[in-house]
Amino acid sequence: MGVLTRNLDLFVAHFGETLRLFAFSAVISLLAGVFLAMLRVSPVPVFRGVGTLYVTVVRNTPLTLVFVFFVFAYPYLEIIKFEFFTAAVVALSIYTSAFVCEVVRSGINTVPVGQAEASRALGLTFTQMLGSIVLPQAMRSVVPPMVSTFIALLKNTTVAAGFSVREAGAIRDALSEAGESTLVGMLWVAGIFVLLVLPLTFLQRVLEKRWSVAR
Amino acid sequence: MTTVLFDVPGPRARVRHRLLAVVGIAAIVAFLGYVIWRFIDTGQFEGRKWSWIEYKQIQISLVEALGRTLSAFAVGAALALVFGAVFAAARLSDHRWVSAPAAVVVELFRAIPLVIMMFFFYYGLPATGVKLTAFTSVVLSLMLYNGSVLAEVFRAGINSLPKGQAEAAYALGMRKTQVMVFVLLPQALRAMMPTIISQLVVLLKDTALGFLITFEELLYWGRQIGGQLQFGRPLIPTMIVVAATYIGLCLLLTWFANYLEKRNRRNKKVIALENDKAELVVIGNDHQA
Repeated sequence: MGVLTRNLDLFVAHFGETLRLFAFSAVISLLAGVFLAMLRVSPVPVFRGVGTLYVTVVRNTPLTLVFVFFVFAYPYLEIIKFEFFTAAVVALSIYTSAFVCEVVRSGINTVPVGQAEASRALGLTFTQMLGSIVLPQAMRSVVPPMVSTFIALLKNTTVAAGFSVREAGAIRDALSEAGESTLVGMLWVAGIFVLLVLPLTFLQRVLEKRWSVAR
Repeated sequence: MTTVLFDVPGPRARVRHRLLAVVGIAAIVAFLGYVIWRFIDTGQFEGRKWSWIEYKQIQISLVEALGRTLSAFAVGAALALVFGAVFAAARLSDHRWVSAPAAVVVELFRAIPLVIMMFFFYYGLPATGVKLTAFTSVVLSLMLYNGSVLAEVFRAGINSLPKGQAEAAYALGMRKTQVMVFVLLPQALRAMMPTIISQLVVLLKDTALGFLITFEELLYWGRQIGGQLQFGRPLIPTMIVVAATYIGLCLLLTWFANYLEKRNRRNKKVIALENDKAELVVIGNDHQA
């Protein structure tokens, strides 16, 4: 307990940074992921190809590699300079958006084609069909796996510790500098992550159970 | 092609799609052109930055680094599969005192980030006198995390089988272990194989996290060679090589998962799952249709 109470400021600051990293990356990867999903279901083959290529490449690349690229290699290209935090957000967003894309796409694909055909037969416009027929149904199968994707994102923010972002993973460095026990410190960090993740896991399971029955 | 969102295009829509395709190609070419121009402008494709490939020592070190990545993957995967099987069996146990602790362990290790586990093993444990190498720390963390995920996969696979399978086996006079080993497991494994392999892809990617605790795997190698001044700091060339290797390895595994899934689909002995009629699970033997 001592390690936590003596360094409470440190823990709060670092976990605050973790949540900030999570919030920025979550919003950006949600927007980018939906855009990619739009590309992947579009009727234009070129767009589908680009979407598929992006998802295939990014999903098969380790997140650490994306981080190394944006923190160490990208500056050599001399485009725009990123701070460490921005680079971390970019790396996490690029990585997570591929997974968000797949969740949204498979959600849209679970809606039977007949639903859309029926709404077209009733004379609904594209936006009406999307807004009142397809999306409400797709939502049911999108939200539970989306929660899982964001849980993964929350845990993935710790990778940024290796790239000079002062978030939860970097508490170890700060503790060992202060001469505190890193062993106990790491246990606390792990415990706090469990506290953050378990409610989300619980939420995901409840949603999954409730919504899969209704369908 | 009919998707949910779009009807089969008519003549006007086809013209519109063609226009969009032209605009799209133009945008993509512009973007790629800009990126490639940045690469050329900063000299990433110059011979000097790629000359490291010609050195025998560096070639050998690349193979060694790849070997360490692959051995961490192999050992981690084997341990994770065993861990997953043991804890899935424990969670499925009828005895509360076995299943409850197993559930806690599985939930716990799924919630802790891998990086934190690796830091714990590599930087935290030496304080207690237990000194682990980077390799052991990576492998142990991979086992705990992916093993817990696999335990859930196994459990879901066995739970998704129709109840009648187990009931019939009990009616034939089989014991609990026999029911599991001869009836439930073979069917569940077959249905779960694609999921298991995609979890192994995740495990392979996660070996790269060893970079953070100075485990000298492929990514670490790329950073080392990429920082060498005599080749003009070829970090971008080495990252291209490393990324291509990872993507190639993962695609190989994914391809294998798809192949298994297809082979399963071709199998004619298909039964519908009781909780989800849309999902089909294949049972039966290796005879292909």
